[in-house]
Amino acid sequence: MKPFTYERAASPAAAAAAVARTPGAKFVAGGTNLLDLMKLQIETPRHLVDVNRLGLDTIEPTAEGGLRVGALVRNTALAADPRVRRDYGVLSRALVSGASGQLRNKATTAGNLLQRTRCPYFYDTNQPCNKRQPGSGCAAIGGFNRNLAILGTSKDCIATHPSDMAVAMRALDATVETVMPNGQARRIAIADFHRLPGGTPWVETALVAGEMITAVTLPAPVGGTHIYRKVRDRSSYAFATISVAAVLRPTTGTARFAFGGLAHKPWRVEAAETRVDGGAKAIAAAALAGAQTTDQNAFKVPLVERTLASVLAEGAAA
Amino acid sequence: MNDKPAFTLSRRGALVGGAAAAAAGAVPIDAGAAPAQPAPPAVPVRFTVNGKARALELDPRVTLLDALREHLELTGSKKGCDHGQCGACTVMVEGKRINSCLTLAVMHDGDDITTIEGLGRPGDLHPMQAAFVKHDGFQCGYCTPGQIMSSIAVLEEIKDGVPSYVTADVAGKPALTGEELRERMSGNICRCAAYSNIIAAIADVAGAKDVA
Repeated sequence: MKPFTYERAASPAAAAAAVARTPGAKFVAGGTNLLDLMKLQIETPRHLVDVNRLGLDTIEPTAEGGLRVGALVRNTALAADPRVRRDYGVLSRALVSGASGQLRNKATTAGNLLQRTRCPYFYDTNQPCNKRQPGSGCAAIGGFNRNLAILGTSKDCIATHPSDMAVAMRALDATVETVMPNGQARRIAIADFHRLPGGTPWVETALVAGEMITAVTLPAPVGGTHIYRKVRDRSSYAFATISVAAVLRPTTGTARFAFGGLAHKPWRVEAAETRVDGGAKAIAAAALAGAQTTDQNAFKVPLVERTLASVLAEGAAA
Repeated sequence: MNDKPAFTLSRRGALVGGAAAAAAGAVPIDAGAAPAQPAPPAVPVRFTVNGKARALELDPRVTLLDALREHLELTGSKKGCDHGQCGACTVMVEGKRINSCLTLAVMHDGDDITTIEGLGRPGDLHPMQAAFVKHDGFQCGYCTPGQIMSSIAVLEEIKDGVPSYVTADVAGKPALTGEELRERMSGNICRCAAYSNIIAAIADVAGAKDVA
């Protein structure tokens, strides 16, 4: 690791101000992704602001009947919360589909949203990568891209976002709450939180320099059958090849679907959700409209359709 | 108080010394290159390890694993991958299992930490340690401290109702099945593949019959 200085923040606003004013500063929460990348010198912060002791680790009911999940709530604590297990099963399932028991005990709600991609070329410092070194090019395009994105890609980046939790939060219409370096609070819809790569793949979220996530709010429960189906190369402890977060409400004939492993952000096409009567084929066709595949990752298109068919069958049996 | 090693020369010490001597004699290839960045200021940290209060002054880069192994000489926790993939470094912090390689020691000021050394000792083994011996839950033994820490935590997590990806009803109580144990132990890799005997050891401690 490159040398860095360290401070423990006194409050969220103080943490945001410290990161904004200190060159090369970053927040550290669980550290499970950041420290991995620091050891590889992919991340080289010069200063770390520890936000672990700021009291942001509680899950509280909101006035609207939902839940406010503190930024520092660990993935295990969120997945195991009785209210989440009862009312937001898709979120609980998505969380426990990710990482390992040890990592989930440390990884935080905010950190999970801010995970960097698992694209092999982002990790290989001998290769060009526009995320790691802006302007250096993308070795994944034309390289080993079997597990990379098919939607919302650009000529500069075909990385995917690795989170499972964020996919479920997208299906639930969560909102990210932040504090800016000037102390002001801001709310960002999860749909707008992660960006597509475009010409600036190193800009991954809507956050400005020093802006710190303080919580994620979930709207009031929507009911229905909650399913998170993850397809991966190992049956446990692996990132998604593709994943489907589904909330099925057969009594009203409505459904929500968000997808992981397909794009630089959790992928949701609301228009596809009006096609439930058409079954998996119609939903997949609408959700994957405009997909750009390579020889290696074209299999994701039929895989999404078949996984949707399996999810719909599970929903019908529930 | 920074615990100093009791010995003065080891193979590791000789290797480190040799490398430093070689580096000191080397001529910089590029005389205009920036000098190596100086070590950042040490940060004081106090925590409790296996019931004993410890106080250290650490470079903030020191991971919890390196603090335990290199500064406190608790070498039971192992460094396998050093990237959170293998689980050999698993310890309990505030009663929860974590990968000690992926966290900085200075982030744990005030925490209560338990390592494999805090569980039992020869002649007075923790039940999980005894079960691993009884069921031959290891071959080379390198992953074993992490496997045992995780095994104890897994049974606690099931008891606390923490769901897993194979739990049929996340709103209900997870069952004590072989499928649940295997899923929950997936963060601990065993290169010798002693997995079936590890599951047998955990099931034995849990009093679970017919776990397959």
